[in-house]
Amino acid sequence: MSRARGSKALGAFALERLLNAVPLVIGVIVINFLLVSLAPGDPVTALIGEFPAPPEYVERVRAQYGLDRPVPERMVRYLGSVVRGDLGFSFANRQPVLELVLERLGRTLVLMISTVVLATIVGVVLGVWAARRPHSGVDRGATGFALAGYSIPEFWLGQILILVFAVGLGWLPAGGFRSIRADYVGWAAVVDQARHMILPMLALSFRYMAITTRLTRASLLEVMNSDYILASRARGLSERRVLWEHGLRAAALPIITVIGYNFSFIVAGSALVETVFGWPGVGRLMYDSIFTRDYPVLLGILLIVSIAVILVNLLTDVAYALFDPRVRY
Amino acid sequence: MSRAGAPPAAAPTAGETVLELRDLTTEIRSVRGLVRPVDAVSLRVRAGEVVGLVGESGSGKSMTAFSVMRLFPTKAARLVSGEVRLRGRDLVPLPQEAMRAVRGREVGMIFQDPASYLNPVLSVGRQLEQQLQAHAMGRGARARIAELLRDVGLASEIAGRYPHELSGGQAQRVGIASALACRPALVIADEPTTALDVTIQAQVLRLMARLQREGGVAMLLITHDLGVVAEVCDHVYVMYAGRIVEEAPVASLFAAPQHPYTQGLLAGVLDLIEPKPIEVAIHGSVPDLASPPPGCRFHPRCPHVMDVCRRETPPHFEVGDARAACWLHDGAPGAEATA
Amino acid sequence: MGLSVPAAPTAVGGVRGFWRQFRRHRLGVAGLAAVVLLGLVAVFAPLLAPYDPFSTSRNAFAPPGSPGHILGTDHLGRDVLSGVIWGARVSLIVGLAAAFTATVIGIAIGAVSGYFGGWVDELLMRITELFQIIPRFVLALIVVAFFGSGLTNLILVIGILSWPQTARLVRSQFLRHRSLPYVDGARVVGMRAPRIIFSEILPNVMAPVIVVASLDIAQAILLEASLGFFGLGDPNLRSWGGMLNTAQGFVQRAWWMSVFPGIAISLAVLGFNLVGDGLNEATDPRLREGS
Ligand SMILES: Nc1ncnc2c1ncn2[C@@H]1O[C@H](COP(=O)(O)OP(=O)(O)OP(=O)(O)O)[C@@H](O)[C@H]1O
Ligand code: SF4
Ligand SMILES: [Mg+2]
Repeated sequence: MSRARGSKALGAFALERLLNAVPLVIGVIVINFLLVSLAPGDPVTALIGEFPAPPEYVERVRAQYGLDRPVPERMVRYLGSVVRGDLGFSFANRQPVLELVLERLGRTLVLMISTVVLATIVGVVLGVWAARRPHSGVDRGATGFALAGYSIPEFWLGQILILVFAVGLGWLPAGGFRSIRADYVGWAAVVDQARHMILPMLALSFRYMAITTRLTRASLLEVMNSDYILASRARGLSERRVLWEHGLRAAALPIITVIGYNFSFIVAGSALVETVFGWPGVGRLMYDSIFTRDYPVLLGILLIVSIAVILVNLLTDVAYALFDPRVRY
Repeated sequence: MSRAGAPPAAAPTAGETVLELRDLTTEIRSVRGLVRPVDAVSLRVRAGEVVGLVGESGSGKSMTAFSVMRLFPTKAARLVSGEVRLRGRDLVPLPQEAMRAVRGREVGMIFQDPASYLNPVLSVGRQLEQQLQAHAMGRGARARIAELLRDVGLASEIAGRYPHELSGGQAQRVGIASALACRPALVIADEPTTALDVTIQAQVLRLMARLQREGGVAMLLITHDLGVVAEVCDHVYVMYAGRIVEEAPVASLFAAPQHPYTQGLLAGVLDLIEPKPIEVAIHGSVPDLASPPPGCRFHPRCPHVMDVCRRETPPHFEVGDARAACWLHDGAPGAEATA
Repeated sequence: MGLSVPAAPTAVGGVRGFWRQFRRHRLGVAGLAAVVLLGLVAVFAPLLAPYDPFSTSRNAFAPPGSPGHILGTDHLGRDVLSGVIWGARVSLIVGLAAAFTATVIGIAIGAVSGYFGGWVDELLMRITELFQIIPRFVLALIVVAFFGSGLTNLILVIGILSWPQTARLVRSQFLRHRSLPYVDGARVVGMRAPRIIFSEILPNVMAPVIVVASLDIAQAILLEASLGFFGLGDPNLRSWGGMLNTAQGFVQRAWWMSVFPGIAISLAVLGFNLVGDGLNEATDPRLREGS
């Protein structure tokens, strides 16, 4: 059936959300600036890091950010630099920070997106299963699974998965992004990379499977008691259709929301999991930068990741509006 | 009008019994014990006829309707005995899948609050389409939906709308379209106008009556409103605390009600919506179904109560063309006890 | 005061009634048992731990069950059991203190926002949103990297980054309560805003706040362990996260170095999560009526 409202209205809604996001982005930049200004010692250290840098560069940074100027001017200069995309230079990596982070972002996104997909599918299936027979063995099992997911730290789960599947059973590689020794090409390379991704993905998705399971179960139980479900049964719809087309459609809304709003936790989780598995993404970069005291990289990651979270939240709002015709836009 | 999909059963002939309930009993396990909101209910609806089912709130009218569909708003409810004969075939022994094929196809249902009985996130057209598909009438659904919407006085563009974009009257028209979508033999309407504005109520009622007449379907109309009964029903059943207490053709019921409860209703002392005692001495309202009074369930409120009423359940006595479950008619001239 | 003020709705029907409600939630009781156990271990750590958690020995990589080392030793010969026992202290202190900090900040911001409304509310809610969006772990990491990872710093950082949920909750409760008759009554008799906020409204909205606080403890323990795993724990204290950081280098060689501290973290977090769920069911009037 055709939608009553055009894409124009949706565009306007998205634009409005976008405008709403601007102060948040500015807020994030201000927090970054505050971190730089409040850090103990010479603020130039926060901008350059503790990796040895040539003195000319140090002086240039001092001048660029006006470190001898009053705070408001420093803030404006900082904002200006960030908006121009200048996040500083990483001497430990011999690369501009923005370039470095964006380079690593791809692998992190691959991990996060496959995690979200996996967690959503498994969580929804488990949640539906549990909701079909509340208080049954299956339901109890799903509840136990959810509790474990909420409580087990993903980095520890990662270590345990390595212990069992890599060290113990030898089925999967213990870490890395691809096999270094063998030089796979074509499909073999894809399979090789996929094998490296399985364990990190499992470790990272456990918590979100648990969240999705619990949420699916709860919203489905509520929805399936509603009048319109009764009515669709009275129209002769099969239980399967009632569940998938009516029940889950309604349950999808909270699921979309929770995935969107938990994105910043997935970010943290992936940093930890990447560290466990030596997955060369942003998280691993963060871990390494702590040891090299490469502050501009850390600040750059905070900035980019925060903006990514803001964008994901924005997309969540739009997706919600697409899914629920009652949202006015 | 082209009919797509499953071969329809032959249209009921006028006067054929479409629905017959025999001693239908439904129980609900509740925290206060076992409740029987439908207790040995028998009734009959013929083709082309509108049969009213009236009674106070909580008397079991909706539960009777749900028992016909064998579809309950709570898992605690269960049909325990009796027969539900639809055009002669008993539905009670049917397995779930066969029952599903009956719902929405042979029996259409119209609910009280139209908005809450439509899924808010699916368009009206999609919901009607699902129903047609469920009964193998998916081919040509679009045209059929447009036709249905036209029949209930809505523009075909309504198909693309979502429930929250409809007015109450429009939503109930969609409800009626859904009930009639697969040309059922029987339509059960559970207080179809109660939730609507007064001005809209009359329109919707007239629409239902017209469609019912044109399609020759049988209709079981559940209502609080005696005015509605007088206007559109041919025959009436009066329900009290899970039981049928009186049954009569509309004219007879209004001219000469036989059961003290019906008499109270018509005298206006017993308001269906806010029950009030008939006399000051007769207090209380609808009895608690978890522990109903023994004997005649109406006895705590009845102005004519006798000793026997407190001890024994009155059977149905035939009084002229009516039947009433009341001891007053025991041995009265022309009265005859049935079941 | 001569004027009678309408009675405020009571949140919980006495301690005993509350316990009766809580007891029915079996998982909640199990969680409470875990939390109590954690507390006892933390308090009596010096008595329970067989060794100083930092004292090294020649007996490195001793597997669990070795004489004198039930849970084995690490690469420096430090006793794993003693580390797990002392780690309970760190986790519990950080968890409780950080959640307390977060709750206090959350109540203050939520109460002001909900009670006064208007532009104050608008501004505070924007800030709350900002704090909810910024990845807590990344920000905590940077702050700790800049300012040092001593125990106090950890507590403050985790606390300061964890208040938004409490603030939102308190705000919504205050929005609901501020127009109730008992608050109007307090205003009529001339009570001033701070007094109304703290002694009139606050006691009535504490039940859900406590639920969130106990879930916050679980989150704080998890966050502290994560920072520890990144090498940003208090260097002078043996913590579970720190032990897992060490274990990372020896996963293939000494499984016990990962397994036991991880179980400890999971149980502690699970315990507070279960207590939170149990409190929620015991104090939520909607859930209570049904049963
Ligand atoms: N979900 C339920 N759980 C327990 N008992 C119920 C439930 N729904 C209905 N009942 C019982 O069934 C009885 C009949 O309810 P029913 O809904 O059929 O009444 P009704 O005549 O349709 O009333 P109304 O005019 O208010 O719609 C009620 O009095 C109540 O005791
Ligand atoms: S049976 Fe008795 S109590 Fe019942 S209605 Fe008749 S007279 Fe009244
Ligand atoms: Mg009803």
